[in-house]
Amino acid sequence: MPVFNRRLVVAAAAVLVLSGAPHPAIAQAPTGKVTVVTSFSKDVTDPVKKAFETAYPGVTLEVQNRNTNAGVRFVQETRANNQVDLFWASAPDAFEVLKRAGLLQAYKPNTPGIPAKLGPYSINDPDGMFFGFAASGYGIMWNERYTRANRLPDPKEWADLGKAVYHDHVMITTPSRSGTTHLTVETILQGEGWEKGWATLKAMSGNMRSVTDRSFGVPDAVNSGQVGLGVVIDFFAFSARAANFPVKFVYPTVSTVVPANVGIIANAPNQAGARAFVDFLLSDAGQELLLIPAISRLPVNPATYAKAPDGYPNPFKGAIGLPGFQFDVGVSERRYAAVDVLFDQLITFNLEPLKAVTKAMHDVEARLARRDNPAARALLTEARTLISAMPIAGEQAASDEVRASFQGTTPQAKAPRQAELEQQWSNFAKEKYAAAAAKVAEAAKLAP
Amino acid sequence: MTAAALNIPRKPSIPLSQYLVAGSVALFLLLFLVIPVATVIIVAFIDPRSGGFTLVNFADFVRNDLFRRSFGNSVYVAAMSVAWGTVFALPLAYITSRFQFRGAVLIQTLGVIPLIMPPFAGAVAMQLLFGRNGSFNLLLGDWFDINVPFMEGLNGVILLQAIHYFPFILLNVSAALANIDRAMEESAQNLGASGFRLFGKIVFPLAMPGYVAGASLVFIKVFDDLATPLLLNVKDMLAPQAYLRITSIGLSDPMGYVISVVLIAVSILAMWVATLATRGRDYATVQRGGGGLARRKMKGLDKLAAYGVVFLILALTLAPHAGLILLSLATVWSFSPLPDGFTMAHYGKVFAESPQFIWNTLLYATLAGVISVIIGAAIAWLVQRTTIPGRQMLDYLAMGALAVPGVVIGIGYLRTYYGVTLPSGQPLATFWFMIVIALAVRRLPYALRACTAGLQQVSPQLEEAAESLGATKARTVRKILLPLMAGGMLAGFVTAFATASVELSATMMLVQNTSDAPLAYGLYVYMQSPAGRGPGAALGMIAVVIVGLCTYLSHWLLARERSGATKH
Repeated sequence: MPVFNRRLVVAAAAVLVLSGAPHPAIAQAPTGKVTVVTSFSKDVTDPVKKAFETAYPGVTLEVQNRNTNAGVRFVQETRANNQVDLFWASAPDAFEVLKRAGLLQAYKPNTPGIPAKLGPYSINDPDGMFFGFAASGYGIMWNERYTRANRLPDPKEWADLGKAVYHDHVMITTPSRSGTTHLTVETILQGEGWEKGWATLKAMSGNMRSVTDRSFGVPDAVNSGQVGLGVVIDFFAFSARAANFPVKFVYPTVSTVVPANVGIIANAPNQAGARAFVDFLLSDAGQELLLIPAISRLPVNPATYAKAPDGYPNPFKGAIGLPGFQFDVGVSERRYAAVDVLFDQLITFNLEPLKAVTKAMHDVEARLARRDNPAARALLTEARTLISAMPIAGEQAASDEVRASFQGTTPQAKAPRQAELEQQWSNFAKEKYAAAAAKVAEAAKLAP
Repeated sequence: MTAAALNIPRKPSIPLSQYLVAGSVALFLLLFLVIPVATVIIVAFIDPRSGGFTLVNFADFVRNDLFRRSFGNSVYVAAMSVAWGTVFALPLAYITSRFQFRGAVLIQTLGVIPLIMPPFAGAVAMQLLFGRNGSFNLLLGDWFDINVPFMEGLNGVILLQAIHYFPFILLNVSAALANIDRAMEESAQNLGASGFRLFGKIVFPLAMPGYVAGASLVFIKVFDDLATPLLLNVKDMLAPQAYLRITSIGLSDPMGYVISVVLIAVSILAMWVATLATRGRDYATVQRGGGGLARRKMKGLDKLAAYGVVFLILALTLAPHAGLILLSLATVWSFSPLPDGFTMAHYGKVFAESPQFIWNTLLYATLAGVISVIIGAAIAWLVQRTTIPGRQMLDYLAMGALAVPGVVIGIGYLRTYYGVTLPSGQPLATFWFMIVIALAVRRLPYALRACTAGLQQVSPQLEEAAESLGATKARTVRKILLPLMAGGMLAGFVTAFATASVELSATMMLVQNTSDAPLAYGLYVYMQSPAGRGPGAALGMIAVVIVGLCTYLSHWLLARERSGATKH
């Protein structure tokens, strides 16, 4: 039924576009109240509301601030009597969920000058259900007072975060709670390959102070100096600097760029207003708003950077190193839930043993650096292999059988329930980390 | 040890009025708690494959060691929080009710403040004071090169929960102490008891209903609370596990709802144990108007010691709010014992941008408090004074609300009432009064426990006396019962009001537009950006001050009434 509906909507939209309305916003002047559900903070919504209402006199923008999850739930639960025109948030996964449920409607915005791709990522949804209006790069943010007091060097690369010196000083959001972190994790997995990618992730995570469930929890902790370094989206750091916090930020050589999206809700009560809002965000005026220091998003229109202050990172000109490979959206989507659950079972909920064995390994390495011992080194390598072992292969994670476990109601009788799978994976991690700890203890005895 | 009260066998026939009261309460609970929650947690009992009824999800719960560990941690943390909460609450309650103590009303008020912990802002303030690099540890590191893990792991959760929720015990024990018959104490003294013996053998046992009410609330609340563990990044406890699962985008796994069912079951079990603890004993005393325990004067060292203890406890439990004040006045506060500079700009911004939040909060929290006290008092009365079948069920049902995560109530309301439209075309679920109802349901357990404790201390003989003198049932309730249990009802109102004023999780689902939003929602909106931290804290402080003033006012009113009563 939802599939049918969506087709219908797509067809209707296609008719509308083909019927020759070059600029829908002009064809039908928007009036009245435009309701948008958003996860963006006041810093972002206030200036946009003001500018939008000025550009379209007679229109008021009603902003409903909800966290991404509550927003998705709200739209899902209220579909029968929908009162919302737009969904406006960062997390690409939230839009995917809405799209799959047939809760978004297609639109072809009038967007001259906006390219189809930014690095390996598509800016817009291929089906025209949601549109990237801004981008953000991933990087490392740190508190200068903290790093000075703890004598930590400034980080430069992702791999730095796995170094002994940063042990217990780093924080990240779990990918299951943050669509943007998920995209970064998936990029590492696609860039380095499944096995090696997870090895990198686990080496980094062994140094984590904590893995939090709230995206804003990371910049919050770095701003107040509770944690030294955080893996964050750039605008968290830029807007913190704009608020005078003693923080710095760096894009590693290979980073990821995540889009911030807007989409029109199916059966939006104010169709003309909803389209006007999308067009506005993608217009020159809308793109320029992103340069306001408290917003600090990266425009998706390359021309807008001409108006940016000096030093404003321009991903179209290589200011952010983007991965050289093609990002495979299909693979990403098929193993979406598996990657989230693997991360939580192997890392988030088994962080203590992972941290303990990582710390022990750092200690032995420090001693070996002073006086080498090949046998001990060999043991450490074995330990590393044990830590990076994965309960399932990359293809398996994207297989129908594993997917069936995460889709709730399914006729697949063979698929284990999600809870069963989680228990298996968690046990796997526990055993491997314990075995690795034993190897490291053995190595410690050999190390002088 | 207790007053002799003859239990006159009640008449077997039940008057119609009682059925009416019980029916209305049952209908309220059914409409606004049972049905909405059932529409959500039904998933726990459904087989993901066949779609039929199953208990296999509960087997998965037991087989999963993360869930087992979480369960153990939650029980441990809840029990330890009760222990520490008792340590904080009893001295304050005893000293302020037992002695002529300057500022007793002020202390009782300050004792309630920890309950008002604004979401996010409170958490940030606590980290800035007690965190690994908070003020205390930065200073300790400078002076002695040590770092005390106040906020680490389960112990951190216990400390914060004890600070946050000890007012439940304080309020209920204070209300109970105020109701104790002075004659009891005097008789004991005539028999030679004094000091700790008097307290241990007479005073504390008589205040037991209040203590049990408070302690069971603390236990259940801590067991079901997800905000504090999550802010400390402790995820292996039950409530955070349920929350994280229910609010994962795009997953339709039943385990979050299974955990919710377990939370509800444990909460009801805890209530049942608490009921057993006070069952079969009679705490009611007949004499009234004595104004509770005799207050005596303290002299010299005693006085100094008492003030010292009170000051110490208040300093510890109000530290988060001291942090909040600093945060609301700070320019930048980062990795330093004190902020870099101070400003009033945040308050200016809040007053300019969002005065409607304050009025909405006052309106919603007051209405929610009143509704929850009315329903709570009705249930307490039905349970203790009538023989209507199923009355105990009402009590357990209402207490179950404590265990339902706010987000589940929010989703349940949307699911049940979004299709129902008001004459204006607005969906009922997003009408502002539904926020009030949601708050009232979520805070009903507090009001209910306080009313139950209040009523337990009133002897039915007083009502029987009134009735035998010709008063109607309604008149007896109005003239005898309500005034006598006013203290308990006030304690219930204050806890419900204070905690409702900073509730966020259900509100977040139901708020439809900013002009209807309460303060907690505004606070959430501010606290999502670095520049909003100061204004968010300022808004939090405003909430604390308003609720504090209202609490003070109600204590003051009650105290005046009491003293008025003793004069004639």
